[in-house]
Amino acid sequence: MDVLLDGLAQALSLLFSGDAETWAITLLTLRVSLGATLIAALLGVPLGAAIALCSFPGRRLLLAGANTGMGLPPVVVGLVVTVVLWRSGPLGGLGLLYTPTAMVVAQAVIATPVVVALVAAALQQVDPDFLVQMQGLGATRARALLALAAEARLPLLAAAMAAFGAVVSEVGAAQMVGGNIAGQTRVLTTAAVLATSRGEFGLAIAFGLVLLLLAFAVNLVVTLAGQAVR
Amino acid sequence: MRAQLRAGVAAVVLLALAACGSPAAGPSAERSLILATTTSTQDSGLLDDLLPAFTAETGWAVKPVAVGSGQAIEMGRRGEADVLLVHSPAAEEEYVAEGTAGRRLLVMHNDFVLLGPDADPAGLRGVPVDEAMRRIAAAGTVFVSRGDDSGTHAREKSLWEKAGVTPGAPWYQETGQGMGATLRVAAEKAGYTLSDRATYLSQPDGLALLVEGDPGLLNVYHVIEVTKRAGERVQPEAAAAFADWITGPDAQRRIGEFGREEYGQPLFVPDAGKPEPTGD
Repeated sequence: MDVLLDGLAQALSLLFSGDAETWAITLLTLRVSLGATLIAALLGVPLGAAIALCSFPGRRLLLAGANTGMGLPPVVVGLVVTVVLWRSGPLGGLGLLYTPTAMVVAQAVIATPVVVALVAAALQQVDPDFLVQMQGLGATRARALLALAAEARLPLLAAAMAAFGAVVSEVGAAQMVGGNIAGQTRVLTTAAVLATSRGEFGLAIAFGLVLLLLAFAVNLVVTLAGQAVR
Repeated sequence: MRAQLRAGVAAVVLLALAACGSPAAGPSAERSLILATTTSTQDSGLLDDLLPAFTAETGWAVKPVAVGSGQAIEMGRRGEADVLLVHSPAAEEEYVAEGTAGRRLLVMHNDFVLLGPDADPAGLRGVPVDEAMRRIAAAGTVFVSRGDDSGTHAREKSLWEKAGVTPGAPWYQETGQGMGATLRVAAEKAGYTLSDRATYLSQPDGLALLVEGDPGLLNVYHVIEVTKRAGERVQPEAAAAFADWITGPDAQRRIGEFGREEYGQPLFVPDAGKPEPTGD
């Protein structure tokens, strides 16, 4: 039990003593996870919307694929991205392995199916006649789509938050493609794993608490933005 | 309606802003090398002590990837690393004999120790290591193995072999994890285990040191250069810079000092330039 209390004390002291390394790790965690979430949103929102609103061959198969993809094991994604980015792999020439960019790529792969599946579910919830009505009222197709997005605003934000939650807490892929290199690719989850394997349990708990605080802060901002005009 | 749209757009813009300036470019422009090494050098904190000095002196930034010795050698074989720092002599010699490696130089040593519960139900205390392994098997007490193809795991397997014992269930259990995690499993199960001394000293909770000092327990680390024969993107000049530096006087002095203050004894003994130790 004292390990948990020790962890809490260490978390507070790390944050408020302005420990430079902790802040750097936290900032990198935020950048990598938000970057991955952004890419997942850019890819996943149009795809999810297409699945929800259009009819084309393979639509249901794609949706089932996205739903399955929500359960992609991060360590397998990490392994596949690692093999692709290896020096001997197809993209080896880019020299991306063990960089934050590689981590963003791997985490975007993990987050995209989450966005696709939840966006599709969110938009299918809206009354199917909504688009027809909007266009009947004289709105252009683009304008009608924007109105639909506004209508489904809260579930769409929930999709982004679920994607962010999946990647910020993920350790398997971050460890494999990032390598947990101090000052370069060490994020809160991999730092916690390292502290655990070094027997520094209080420090590991502290990193976990900082991660929770970070996730809470991000979600609070998004939630407030979403609720402000409800 | 308009307000709702604005809120949605604001949320997306916020997300975009926060992700901006994400370190996409990274430090890949500068000279950096990949060092494949073992968990013991990372978990003991030795790398944190050595690598900044290496970077300051040579200008090479280091990406250390801490894995088991087996995986590190495999990375060398595939040309995915520039230089290796490992402790699995039999596997190293096999790898060097394949002809794709460069120089293999002695860096340092410490030793393996046989640990177990203080009560020592199998009566290992002070007996030679061969006899100790046989007593564990005869008593059928829990032995927790790394089971991860690391240097420590390789040594453990060779100790069983020399003792003429084939370990098996139910008393022989494999964690598949690093040394620190394995020590804790052994402590929780009141079992025996083999550990490198550095990791044992840095997290000694719950296990007693029972067998040490046997020649069969010597733990030797070598640096091995990877060459372009393993892969065209290998950087031989980086490998040479690291191998020269870690066997040089400054690094050797640091290795000899490391841990002396905290644990009352150095965790590693610098060995560069000495003859290959006998043992395993």
